[in-house]
Parts: sequence; C-alpha cells; structure tokens
Amino acid sequence: MIITQKKPIEELMAMLEGVTKVGLVGCGNCATACQTGGEKDLAEMKEYLESNGKQVVGCAIPDECCQKLLVKKEMKAFKDADVEAIVCMACGDGAQTVAENVKLPVYPSNNTMFLGQVERVGVFNEACRMCGDCVVGTTGGICPITQCAKSLVNGPCGGQKNGKCEVNPDNDCAWIKIYNRLVELGQEDKIGIVRADKGYAAFSYPRKISLKEGK
Amino acid sequence: MSLLQQALESGKFGVTAEMAPPKGCDFSKQMEDAEYLKGLVHGVNVTDMQSACIKASSLGLCIRLKEAGLEPILQMTGRDRSRIAIIGEFLTAANFGIDTMLALTGDHTVVGDCKDSKPVFDLDSCGILSMLSEMEASDKDCGGNDLESKAPVFYKGTSVTPVYEPQILQINKLKKKVACGAKYAQTQGVFEIEGLKRFMDAVDKANVDVHIMAGIIPLKAAGMAKYMNASVPGIDVPESMLKRLSDAAAEGKEKGIKGLPMKVGIEMAAELIQQIKEEKICDGVHLMTIGAEKNIPTILEKAGVSIKE
Repeated sequence: MIITQKKPIEELMAMLEGVTKVGLVGCGNCATACQTGGEKDLAEMKEYLESNGKQVVGCAIPDECCQKLLVKKEMKAFKDADVEAIVCMACGDGAQTVAENVKLPVYPSNNTMFLGQVERVGVFNEACRMCGDCVVGTTGGICPITQCAKSLVNGPCGGQKNGKCEVNPDNDCAWIKIYNRLVELGQEDKIGIVRADKGYAAFSYPRKISLKEGK
Repeated sequence: MSLLQQALESGKFGVTAEMAPPKGCDFSKQMEDAEYLKGLVHGVNVTDMQSACIKASSLGLCIRLKEAGLEPILQMTGRDRSRIAIIGEFLTAANFGIDTMLALTGDHTVVGDCKDSKPVFDLDSCGILSMLSEMEASDKDCGGNDLESKAPVFYKGTSVTPVYEPQILQINKLKKKVACGAKYAQTQGVFEIEGLKRFMDAVDKANVDVHIMAGIIPLKAAGMAKYMNASVPGIDVPESMLKRLSDAAAEGKEKGIKGLPMKVGIEMAAELIQQIKEEKICDGVHLMTIGAEKNIPTILEKAGVSIKE
C-alpha cells in the first residue's frame, strides 16, 4: 500500500491562494486506509475550505486514483462545474494521474511517504523500497535494502547498540533480525552469501513495464 | 609494497596511527602532528569524514602525508560516494603513490553534522574491496571498461568490531570482507585483554585468514570513557580503567597538577599494547589518538614498541 500523510493545511492554503472554486479528488484505496483521502477526509476538507472562503464545487473518489481510465471517467464530475483548481487527496501517483486528465492546476493535500505494510488501523511500516532486484529469498524474508538504514547487503555495520540501529534507536538492527530469522528457518548458511555488488541499474527511474511489449 | 604490508606479511608487529583532516583548508596542525609519527609507525590512516562530519577529504591529507615522507592509508567509506566516485579516488591516489587503503561502511549522515545530505551507500565495505580486487584482476573499471593503464594494486584493509552481540555476525562479515580482498583488519577500540582474546579465538575458529590490528584509544578522562561507553557502538571501557582515570583527576585536583588523567590514559594504552605484543595476541595495533597524535611517541616508547626491530 502507498502510505500518505496530510500536508500542513497552511501549505495547501498557500497553493490555493487566489482560487475560489475547488474540486476535491480522493482515493478509495490506499488514501482511504491512510485516512488522508477517504470519504470522511473529503468531507472534513470540504468543511475546512468552505469555512475559509473557498467553494467546493465537486467531489470524486475513484476506487483507485492511480488507474488512468478510472480517473478519466471520474473527472467528468467536474466538467460543468466551473472548477478553478483540483485538490488531490491521494498519493503523488494519484495527483499526477488526475493532472493528466484535467486541464486545471492540481494541488496535492498529502505527502507520499512510502510503500508500506498495514500493521493495524492507522499504523504503517515501510518494508520495501522497490529496488527492482528482490533479495529477501536469501535474507529470511526481511529486506535489508529497506530495513537497514544503510541498505547493507552483506551483514551489519558496527553501529548497532543493544540490537538497535544507530540511525534510529526505535528500530531493530535489520541484520540481527535477518540472522535470527535465518537461524529459526535453519538457513544460517545464507548469512554467508557474499553479495559484493547489489547493483542499482534496475533502480533507475522513471521505470515502465509493459506486459504487452514483454518488458 | 607498503611498509604495513611488509611488516604484517613478515610477521612483524604492525603499528598504525590515525589522523583526521581538518574542518577547513589549513593542514598545518596535521602536518605538525605527522612529524611526531615519522619512523614510528608503518602507516597513518586518514579518516573519511569520520562520524559523518564534514572535513577536508581523506585523499587530500593522504597526498600531503605522502609528500612529507609518511605512508598514508586511504580510508574510504561508501556513505558519500557512488562506486564511480570511489574508483576515481583510488585511481587518483595511486597516481600519488598511495598504495594502502581501508574500506568502511561509514556512519550514517543522520549522526553527522549535515543531516540533510543524501546518504549514498552504493557499495558497502565488501563492495568497495571487491571492486578494487576485480579492477586489479581485470585492468577494468567497475563498469567493465578497459583502463588506459594497468590497474593499481592496493594493500587492502577493513575494520571489525570485537565487542558485538551476536559476535558471529561480525566474524561472518569479516570473513566476507576477506573473501572480497581484505588482508588486514583494524578493530574498534579495545580496552580489555580478555575480550580481545575471545575475539581472536573466534577469528581463528572461523579460519579467517587476515592480520588483525587491535584498535587502541588512549583515554583522556573518565568523562570521555563514560561518554564512549554510552554512545559509541562497540566500545566497552572497563570499570577498573574508569576508576584509574577518576582517581587521577582527584589526585590532580588535590595537588593542583593538570593533565594527570591524560597521563594515566597514556599509561593504560601503553600497558595494553605491551601485553598484546608480548603475549602475541594479535598482529599489531592501530592507535586512534583523536587529535592527540603528539602522545604517540610516548605511548610506543612506554609500550616498548619500535618498528625498527
């Protein structure tokens, strides 16, 4: 899931300076789960904007704001509404998908934080950095690229203290977690795999995949 | 072949020191300190923005030390440079006759003094070592392109942390670094002989073929030691050393003598080095004096260590 967080409202209001008629677009998937772009969040945003001199002239919540065709259809809601700007309450991908479908300025109300797991309602953890070359098959199902603050691929640095990371003592050392997990799985031998060169060629962005073109 | 390589490979007790480039462009203190080290050490590590704090580059001071007749050891972390920049540093270093290096992961930028900097970590210490080994073997750069000259050959080293739980992870990583080309390893500061012996036993049991140099940090005061115990990973100064330092501070206060704790720190470092050498616990020592390089001649003399033996 793409994890989003609300921007400070002042930042959004600065983007909306000089704008009166606003359209709101949320997302029925990730941003709803993150409580940044669901039905309730749009209603709150509408109330705030209207009590601060704006008119909200239309709302849309596509099931997924990153689906180009779906978003295109939903944008019809704003067709005759005389909208001056859209506030997109989805992720950065959603904001761009909306922008591609309207000839209006699109202002994001959220910051896009990471690809994350939902631990429980409202609690999210970053687990994958989408490096394009997954290594978790040799690391006990724990990603060192994401969970190690230095993305080390050959074991820990010397920087842990009492099993906690030097970068953020709230985090466990990823490599101690990996080691313990491999021991549990009876795969200790995998800790010895030398991966001198992770290689980041698959990490070059912007990336594109087309199943039709087979690449 | 560098002095350090000659020493370690011929079974002599290796001695290295460490210097940090300045936070600025005036190297005069470093060059003065270098004079104290001439003829006393096999090499001088030059740190690479240690603790992720901005300094002049390691390569710059290495070049100056080389010109002054010392044997610099180019430290290189993966934190600030991509593999392209790292290999460029080594090609340049070789042109200046620098032939000894030490690879480190590097402290993260968030613990340093410019937290907004983007951490690179394209290569970890294994990656840096193996990139150099592959270049030596193939005369090609890290992109697989032919070099216009023969590849430079470096005597390659790395670091290791003896006080670490679970220790197997450090031993395992050391093993990988050796597989990637490391011939010697300098340890994080050690303060207690039994811990060092246990670590050396673990290295032997794991059949890791590498020269180990024990890291020695001469303590300057009890406060410094307490701070390191609390904040620096892998540091464990024993209570007996803390007591000697605070007793010295109390004595100094009573008698009105300044600098007694530092003198005791020098004594303790010398005792440790002497014991390591006499009992042949490991292959050498690496002195991290943190700006007090002028104390090194005294420490080595008290320890009875001379590279001329």
